[in-house]
Amino acid sequence: MRSEFRLPALGADMEHAVLVEWRVRPGDRVARGDVVAAVETDKGVIDLECFETGEVCELVASPGTRVDVGGVLALLEVEASAGPIAAARAPAPSSRPVEPSAIASATAAPPRAAAGRVRVSPAARARAHDLGIALEGIAGTGAGGAIELADVEAAAPPAAAATAPAESPAAPRDPVAAMRAAIASAMARSKREIPHYYLTLAMNLDPALAWLERHNASVEPAGRLLYPALVLKAVALAASEVPGFNGHFREGRFEPAAAVHVGVAIALRGGGLIAPAILDAAGKPLDVLMSEFRDLVSRARTARLRSSELTSPTITVTSLGDVGVEAVLPVIHPPQVAMVGAGSVLQRPWVADGAIVARPVMTLALAADHRVSDGRSGAQFLDRIRQKLGAPEAL
Amino acid sequence: MNREELKAVLVELLTGVAPDVDPAALLPGVDFRDQFDFDSMDTLNFAIAMHQSLGVNVPETDYAKLASLDKCVAYLELRQG
Repeated sequence: MRSEFRLPALGADMEHAVLVEWRVRPGDRVARGDVVAAVETDKGVIDLECFETGEVCELVASPGTRVDVGGVLALLEVEASAGPIAAARAPAPSSRPVEPSAIASATAAPPRAAAGRVRVSPAARARAHDLGIALEGIAGTGAGGAIELADVEAAAPPAAAATAPAESPAAPRDPVAAMRAAIASAMARSKREIPHYYLTLAMNLDPALAWLERHNASVEPAGRLLYPALVLKAVALAASEVPGFNGHFREGRFEPAAAVHVGVAIALRGGGLIAPAILDAAGKPLDVLMSEFRDLVSRARTARLRSSELTSPTITVTSLGDVGVEAVLPVIHPPQVAMVGAGSVLQRPWVADGAIVARPVMTLALAADHRVSDGRSGAQFLDRIRQKLGAPEAL
Repeated sequence: MNREELKAVLVELLTGVAPDVDPAALLPGVDFRDQFDFDSMDTLNFAIAMHQSLGVNVPETDYAKLASLDKCVAYLELRQG
């Protein structure tokens, strides 16, 4: 079966990427998950993985060219059984390039309703409603000019278009400015679409830190753990147990994820941040999770991440523990539905057995999507994280 | 290993840990955290690199003594006796 390998959206905000190089040639066998190409995005150079297993027939895009999200990069001959998985993973084809200025003007000043009646698919109507986009401003590409879901999705990140600097191919790209624009786009979309609610919980981290200190004193540097790894594992376990926080909100409904791929917000030294995932964090022993965490941070900072790490997070954790802030109330990364923020570990008065004692206290914060969960289940989720961190030997 | 050789090795380890750091801009007396935004992950990676290439196992309780290039040199000279 012939299959098109299309450029996936490596984040809610991405519109296009520049193909840097191919890692395969026509005739090569590829398996799902193999790195087949490198593309340059606002988040640096990303290793692009194949969604399917098969053989490379033709490389459609050549290195140096700019490809829109959904644009065809290569043609593959795949085994028929791989089809449905591929269809689920591959991005919806965008049949026409998005014109940023058109979107900007469409949202800034919605044109009057067209004279004729506009045909709109139900999914497209619901999505446009969710996004707060006027249907009149969208050009339909369906039968008879009907507006379909893909058309609405194509018009979805208007803030990106409005805030991103106008790009001409000749102008040199400032990577820091590009990343700033990408963050602006994703965060503006989050605040526009997601009705956030926030909960915080201060916890005594003494048992976890005491356990960590004992563990770290008994091993060589390469085997040592950092407490954020404990937080990541605790969040992953809690997310796998308390429903409503692990997954994505797409097309007007919540799609729970089977595995927990924890996104880790990583600050980059040049400014900006990126939140790639540790895959199946709930199922990994702490030492494995820690070494993947170390590897992820170092690759994020040298811009060698894999596409699956950027597209897969089902929930994200941010830790500002090194900076000294008391708490961080995060902004959810769409289409995820929750994000956990870990504040600094600070010596604070704590009541234990009726007496006030000094303890290392960490404030956990949850930002969650009110379309999917309510405060009660959010509280249970945070409390479950606290329980997990309180029993570090079981992590 | 004399002091200059030790410094050179440490700078190499440092840039291995943080390739986005410019060794030419390194100020030996200023904490890595203040000049490069070093965090606990960088410190751990630095300790791992020191263990692997110099054979010095720095306990976690001594991480504060690795805060700057000058402090690292002083600490290692002390450890070497």
